[in-house]
Amino acid sequence: MIPAPQKHSYALGPGVVAPAMHPEYGRAIQELNNVNYPKAGGQPFVVDAGHGVGGPHQHTQYPYVTGTSVLALKYKDGIMVACDTLGSYGSTKRYKSMERMKPVGKFTLIGASGEYSDFHYIMKLLDELTTDDYCHDDGQNLTPTEIYNYLTRVMYNRRNKFDPLWNSLVVGGFHNGESFLGTVGMVGTCYTDSHVATGFGAHLARPLFREKQYDDMSEDEARALLEDGLRVCYYRDKNSINKFQIAKVTAEGSTISEPYALITEWGYEAFVNPAAAAVGTW
Amino acid sequence: MFRNQYDTDCVTWSPAGRIHQIEYAMEAVKQGSAAVGLKSKKYVVLATLKRAASELSAYQRKVFKIDDHMGIAISGLTADGRVLSRYMRRECINHSFVYDSPLSVGRLVLQVADKAQVCTQRSWKRPYGVGLLVGGYDKTGPHLYYNCPSGNYYEYKAHAMGARSQAAKTYLERKFETFDDATLEELIKHALFSLKESCTDGELNSKNCSVSVVGLDTPFDILEGDTLKPHIDALDAEDAGAMETDTAPAAPAADAPTDEAAPPEAEEPPAAMES
Repeated sequence: MIPAPQKHSYALGPGVVAPAMHPEYGRAIQELNNVNYPKAGGQPFVVDAGHGVGGPHQHTQYPYVTGTSVLALKYKDGIMVACDTLGSYGSTKRYKSMERMKPVGKFTLIGASGEYSDFHYIMKLLDELTTDDYCHDDGQNLTPTEIYNYLTRVMYNRRNKFDPLWNSLVVGGFHNGESFLGTVGMVGTCYTDSHVATGFGAHLARPLFREKQYDDMSEDEARALLEDGLRVCYYRDKNSINKFQIAKVTAEGSTISEPYALITEWGYEAFVNPAAAAVGTW
Repeated sequence: MFRNQYDTDCVTWSPAGRIHQIEYAMEAVKQGSAAVGLKSKKYVVLATLKRAASELSAYQRKVFKIDDHMGIAISGLTADGRVLSRYMRRECINHSFVYDSPLSVGRLVLQVADKAQVCTQRSWKRPYGVGLLVGGYDKTGPHLYYNCPSGNYYEYKAHAMGARSQAAKTYLERKFETFDDATLEELIKHALFSLKESCTDGELNSKNCSVSVVGLDTPFDILEGDTLKPHIDALDAEDAGAMETDTAPAAPAADAPTDEAAPPEAEEPPAAMES
């Protein structure tokens, strides 16, 4: 999330610290001939104030534009993944048409929650690998398990550098007649299961999956269950919108649906005074 | 004295369009003792003749396990072979760490070939003086590759390299069509028979040769000494039976060119040990 009340300019937004607000800045200006200092007057500012003032880059260590939960489950023909298309800027619903699921090679699909630019970086790494496979021209491609394992290594490696990629990833695939579904966390935590979810989804949607998911379920059943999960997430997660994509990977390859909305029902009694049933809240 | 003006390093062409240093390196492979490799649809077998530096010494190892799914037989400078086998082991272990899957044989062979090629294009380097027979089994099946000091690599159904290997090749060329459906035992038998053709002094025994196998559900394994002895005994038994019908090919005539290169026995130990 956005760094907790680091002083920042309301006009410029988080991460962009006005020099007057940064204790080190005035001194730094005098010590270094700072290139950001406007020669023709005006208010100077620095991006990522920590850098160049005796500290390492800090701006990679907090997420800025983030996506929320990704839900996924196995079904008869392969795997199905779903998430909304929101890119939040802190708690601002800033970008409303961000695709957070991307195919990798022929048999794999990645869904990402967390920092969007870090997801881009991860996709760049994976695209390099698939390009490399293509260039070898020996008919061998990365399998879903290989991609999953690769990502756990990358995530854990970055955590060890104290510069984690701020994502929770879902890796799904269908290869040689077998479905694969796994998830990788920000610090390299990982597991495979018949159904997985990141973020709030792990608490809101997975209880439903635990009850209803089974590996031989039909595509329609799987879609209905996934939509139930999405709906619950949308009801309870403030950083989500009613605009979803569902993707699947089967023997035919991967397809990602166009965004669409779900029918929602806000008349439930529990929604009228949600605090009533929750002791300790207000 | 006749002296070749164009062979001092591997970045100088001869006017005939050859690079002598690379050819010398390939000659080093021919002077090592023989190694053969062959494969069926399920297995790859490598077999080698081992040399002992002296009467008192042990036989020099020529087969190295790279990973559970892959191994190499070397011919030429053993020291260079060890360096390459260490490199291959490292690549395999890194691949299984990162991807949790075994490295493809073809990809690794390509990497080794690229590594060897670099040495043929740098004035301050020398080509590796070792040939590798790489046998392995991956998701595309069994593979047998030959890696040459020149940076070339070839995939084979069956191949032999090293001293007097022409004789073994002749055997393999005569029989290779039956290899595809051969059992592992038959494959080992063919490997030993072909190796026998290249054997210079005395008989094959469980000390002077070693066999390795890898294949479907069969992790790479080296048969030596006592584990190899049954196979050698079976060979001798069959040989005795076959003598009456099948005449052994005239080996000395076939391998005349390579024989020339083989060092005479009881020479003083060379600076770089070949095996």
